[in-house]
Formats: sequence, structure tokens, C-alpha cells
Amino acid sequence: MKGMTLIVKTVTRWVKGFIFLFGLYIILFGHLTPGGGFAGGVILACSYILLTLAYSKEVAHRSLSRAVASELDSVGALIFLSIALLGIYFGGGFFVNFIHRLSPGEPFRFLSAGIIPLCNVAIGIKVGSSLFMIFVILSAMRVIVRKSDNGREIIDNRRKHPR
Amino acid sequence: MVEMLGLLLIFMIIGAVIAIETKNLLSSVISVGAVGFGLSIAFLMLRAPDIAITQVVVEVLCLVILIRATISRDVTGISCDREFFAVVCAAVFLIAIFLFGIKALLALPEFGTPVMLLIKSAPTNTYISEGLKQTGAANIVSAILLDYRAYDTLGEATVLFTAILGGLAILRRKAKKEVTQIVEDKE
Repeated sequence: MKGMTLIVKTVTRWVKGFIFLFGLYIILFGHLTPGGGFAGGVILACSYILLTLAYSKEVAHRSLSRAVASELDSVGALIFLSIALLGIYFGGGFFVNFIHRLSPGEPFRFLSAGIIPLCNVAIGIKVGSSLFMIFVILSAMRVIVRKSDNGREIIDNRRKHPR
Repeated sequence: MVEMLGLLLIFMIIGAVIAIETKNLLSSVISVGAVGFGLSIAFLMLRAPDIAITQVVVEVLCLVILIRATISRDVTGISCDREFFAVVCAAVFLIAIFLFGIKALLALPEFGTPVMLLIKSAPTNTYISEGLKQTGAANIVSAILLDYRAYDTLGEATVLFTAILGGLAILRRKAKKEVTQIVEDKE
């Protein structure tokens, strides 16, 4: 996989940062404007998928490798679960919005709504990294096991049917 | 607005029929994409921007994955005779669902009428009137997803996590290589 043409590569270089920033905005302002952790996380994953498609798998893995994506997936899930468990300790119940009860911020401001922005961030990390991994394992890997001439099975990364 | 929505629905139905009937796998995937984008516009017209954003974004991701997965595959159609019993069963089910569907649609309130106005004790009324005070979130959808109904969101995250685990367990590359290594070592 060599990547796409020069036009696609140049446009990707300009656009990828803005896509990532838009995803962050959707996540961080999910409690004020439409959007939230899931949609923003998918946009974050899309920026890396654009990188993978336009350049190559190696370039995308340089900034987000598969091992790091796998760890981020678990870390996001753990943050979400620990926020829920902290609710038992501070608020007396699973998923109680304890920060809002202790110090209610001013509505329509960025620092408001207690645990909801934190949960959005955790879900955004989790969804973004896991969808990027789904893309990598479903489509970027092309491993074909076929029989060679002397009967041994070899792993072939080339396309079976050249376009 | 209702007429525009109807036109959009007809467009989506045509796209779905094309997606099923066409022989080319790539044009089938693109028709599915047209259906998804029509659905997101419909959500936007029904004043649900949260779902419209999620629909667009997930649609793009699914299209990319589907196109990457299908672009070099051949269509492997299954050609065999239709069984008489299966066809009769399908027809009976279709007729039954059609009749009961008409009955259910007639029982619905008029298009555009919020159901929570009809039932005063619905929890939705509490969410709308008390949501800002109880959670502090200006976006009522986020307040419901992550405060009132956070259990559902936790379940959704668990489903995604399990799906990743299963996908990685089936499609990992390392084990296949090791197996090949063993085969080569024997000779």
C-alpha cells in the first residue's frame, strides 16, 4: 500500500489537524452543544483513518500505533467505570453526579454539569481508539494464506486479484 | 416539511432497493451510503442534531470500511432453487406484519405530536423541566445519556469493548505467522 496521489496527500496534510480539532471540540462541548463523546470519538478516529488511507499504514502507526490504541481503549473504559464507582463513594450511588452536587457550576458555561464532560472525554478516547483499531484489523490488514508450488502454506500480503 | 420528508423517504427506499438488486458490490455499498445520508438529513429536519451528527460520522466510517473491504472481492451469489415451504412462510409473515403494522400506525398520535404531552406522568416531562437544574448540562441529550441513563451508555461501551476483543482475537496476525512457522519447521 503506497498511498494515494500527491493531491490527496497535500490536502490531507492541511486538513487532518482541523478534523482532529473538530473532534476535540465535539467531545469537550458535548454538554453544551449537539454532539458528545461518541460522535466526537468517531471524528477523531476518522482523522487517523484519513491518514492511513492517504499515506500508508506505517505513517498512521507512527503517531498512533496499534498497541497504544489498544491501551487507550482500555484506559477510556476504565476512566468511565471509575467515574461511576467514585459516585458510590462521594454521592451514595452508582453513576451519581457527585461533582454537580458538591459544586454546581453556572449553567451554559464550560465548567458545569459535573461528571458529564468527564464521561464525554472518557467515551471519546474509548470510541476513537477502538474504531481506529476496528478499521485497522478489518481493512488495513490483508493477509492471504495460500499454497505455494511445493505445497507449503505461505503468507502473502499482495492482492489476489490485481486491479 | 412533511412533503420533503416523504420525498426523502422515497429516495431512501429507492436507494435500498438498488443496494439489494445491483450486481456490482461497490455500487451496492454506495447506495447504502446514500440511504444513510438521507437518514441523517431526515434526522436534521426532525430537529435531532445530535443523532444527525452521529449518523453522518458513523456512516462515513462504515462506508470507508465497507469500500476497503469489498473493493477487491468478487460477488459470490448463491444460486439454488427456492423452497416452497420457505416462500409460504415468508409470505405469511409479511402479510401478518403488514396487517398489524397498519393497526399500530393507526393507533399512533398525529405526526409531530410529542407523546409526552399525552401522558403527564412520563419521565420525559421531568427530564425537560428539571434537567438543567438537576444535572447542569445545557444539552439535554447529554444530560439524559450520561446522567439519567448512564447505565445504558455503560452497556454500550461494554458492547464496543467486547466487539474489539472478539475482532482482535479472530483477526490477529501473530498467531497465523507462528502456525506457518511450525509448518515450515517440520519439513
